[in-house]
Amino acid sequence: MTTLTPTKDVLPPPTERSTVLGWMKKNLFGSIGDSILTILGGAFLVWMIYTLIVWITTKAEWAVVTDNLQLFMKGQYPADADWRLWFLLFLLAVIVGLMWGIAIKRPTGAGWTLLIVPIVLAAWLFTLERSSWWRLLVIDVLAIIGYLLGKRYPSKLSRITYLLALLYMPIVILIVRGFGEDGFLFYVPTNLWGGLLLSLLLAIFAIVFSFPIGVLLALGRQSKLPAVKGLSVLYIELIRGVPLITLLFMGQLMLPLFLPAGITIDRVLRAIVAMIMFAAAYMAENVRGGLQSIPKGQYEAADAIGLSGWQKMVFIILPQALRAVIPVLVGQFIGLFKDTTLVALLGLLDLLGIARGVLANPNYIGRQLEVFTFIGLIYWVFSYGMSYGSQRLEAVLGVGER
Amino acid sequence: MTTLKKSDHAAVPFWRDERYLKIIIQVVVVVLVVLAAIYLVRNLLTGLEDLGIPLSFKFLGIESQFDIGESLIEYSRTSTYARALLVGILNTIKVSFLGIVFATIFGIIVGIARLSKNWLINKLAAIYVEALRNIPLLVFLIFLSTSVFHKLPRVNEALSAWGWAYLTNRGIYVVWPQPSAGWDVYKWFLLGSFIIGLIVAIIKYREGVRTGRMPLYWLWGMVVFVVLAVVSWFIALFIAGQPMYLDFPSLQGRNFKGGKSLTPEFMAIFTGLVVYTSAFIAEIVRAGIQAVSKGQREAATALGLSGFQTMRLVIFPQALRVIIPPMTSQYLNLTKNSSLAIAVGYPDLFAVGSTIINQAGRAVEVILIMMGVYLTFSLLTSLFMNWYNKHTRLVER
Repeated sequence: MTTLTPTKDVLPPPTERSTVLGWMKKNLFGSIGDSILTILGGAFLVWMIYTLIVWITTKAEWAVVTDNLQLFMKGQYPADADWRLWFLLFLLAVIVGLMWGIAIKRPTGAGWTLLIVPIVLAAWLFTLERSSWWRLLVIDVLAIIGYLLGKRYPSKLSRITYLLALLYMPIVILIVRGFGEDGFLFYVPTNLWGGLLLSLLLAIFAIVFSFPIGVLLALGRQSKLPAVKGLSVLYIELIRGVPLITLLFMGQLMLPLFLPAGITIDRVLRAIVAMIMFAAAYMAENVRGGLQSIPKGQYEAADAIGLSGWQKMVFIILPQALRAVIPVLVGQFIGLFKDTTLVALLGLLDLLGIARGVLANPNYIGRQLEVFTFIGLIYWVFSYGMSYGSQRLEAVLGVGER
Repeated sequence: MTTLKKSDHAAVPFWRDERYLKIIIQVVVVVLVVLAAIYLVRNLLTGLEDLGIPLSFKFLGIESQFDIGESLIEYSRTSTYARALLVGILNTIKVSFLGIVFATIFGIIVGIARLSKNWLINKLAAIYVEALRNIPLLVFLIFLSTSVFHKLPRVNEALSAWGWAYLTNRGIYVVWPQPSAGWDVYKWFLLGSFIIGLIVAIIKYREGVRTGRMPLYWLWGMVVFVVLAVVSWFIALFIAGQPMYLDFPSLQGRNFKGGKSLTPEFMAIFTGLVVYTSAFIAEIVRAGIQAVSKGQREAATALGLSGFQTMRLVIFPQALRVIIPPMTSQYLNLTKNSSLAIAVGYPDLFAVGSTIINQAGRAVEVILIMMGVYLTFSLLTSLFMNWYNKHTRLVER
């Protein structure tokens, strides 16, 4: 009869010693080639960081940014309507807080980063003008309240939270634009929109209004009717085959001619129409991707329970398809946000347009590096933040996995 | 027992009969679209009539009266608008083609660096990709133009790279080979060497197909070509004199002469497009390589292939199938993005077109021509890439 070896004689499995030196040997100096690459890369990195720090601390003059902060942020948007923009930020904070509480349920690193950003900005604003810094702190407070509420009552609040999140962009359009001559929400003409506000609004307009058109075009492209399909394909491929800038030029120069005499349409609106036309074609392709991801069984099941063609689409296919394309839509929104810079070439005063205008001011000659660093950073933070946020949300909600 | 009568079927009214319904819907849609188009175009035509510039392409034959900074063909102020547009088209093709080639090379390098086991290289590549993908191309281009290429030193203080290249704010001058006395003879030798190299490569490839052991046929061909080219250089040198010489740029008076000059405008749009697109290509390459299942790599190692062989013979051919479709759309994007050249002053199709719009007032015609040309570029690129895609596709049983 065999006897089992007493356990004390068996050596434990070798554990990998994780020391700093061991890690470096494995990940940085694995071979001679690796070591050379590491040294070269390290030298490059050190040189870059050194140059950057020297530039930021000694050569750069940030007055061009701080003096024109209002312009960069909102252009000529009237000061007595500022509270609307703050209100929209507060609303966003509440929505994000609620969603965080409902879906993620714990304060992760990304959450803390989101909270720290307004504090840092507030500290910076405090040193500059001491007027609106505290509003940035209100954003954090509201986000935390939203988070706690969402965590406490997830089931009660989830429906209204998601509804608010969906409707947020239309709400932004309504509140920024306003209605009526004067009063509480007076109408702000589009030529006063500017800076980051205009950039964001252009992207929001494009994504909101291209959505229904895009869905129709996607359905048209999937249609079995040759005429409908042909027209949809024609539109989509035509728009996707030409650069956005030619469409924007067409909007500026040809749109007024297309309209009957007597109807005028201002320059910002023309750019918006061109952006919507452009976004609709790409939206259609994204939605088509979603439609194609729906298994055939869903169509057959809808047929089997006797739904009509329209019912099948509206109640069975589209809800699933749109759910699957949410991450792609975030990607498209980021792309549109970056593409809004092209309106600066038409002379509109979006963030880039304002930057060019400020640089044309004789007081700030030769300050290109500061201005482009600043607006580049804004674009980067927004784009990276949105793509990171959507990835996290996707992972947490399991969108597209069900 | 009830029997179905034929009239039960006939009772379906035509507006609920699917066969008719399909036709009716299509007719309605087509009629609506056509009516809308007619309405818009009529507005456009009457609007143009009222402005006194009826739609016509006759202006293309008029003298342009403006200069273009750089051109691949002969062009002057007395050339026609049509020729100006042609200059623009050729400039667009030049920057797009070179951009696509260099962006692909750069992108593949960064994509592979992104998968490197070396932590530092990996992170540097990640920073490169994430930094570039999240800023708008236009901001990057204007930054390059105003803060890099136009900020280079003046001509008389040019940055020199050992005399081989000079960087100035008027452009970059690099040493370039120029044909000289023996070139007429040498060019035929060069052509001959190339053909012989090609034949050797084909013979080696056929041999590989026959025996099942594929030699490095392209290396064979290249070595033969290079050896023959070098040998024939000396032959040409004896027969007719030196075939080519290196033309070094030098400061003569107030400007550099000789060598190859690249304008700051071209450099800005070219570097901008290459660097920006390479970040996207890097992500595509990375995703493509990661899409190849781990088992393939392990199987290749088990067969005794080296790391490089595994990459070349097993991983890359399979990754290519995943890579090509998104790569096509990046190439299309690059071509379309080249229209942003107007922001840095490079005279591409769009920049020339908008100059003509300002000068001749022919907005509608020029926009139609530009859209037509870009559409043709897009169609040609996607046709070529679709052909290539079919060529590399998995052959299914």
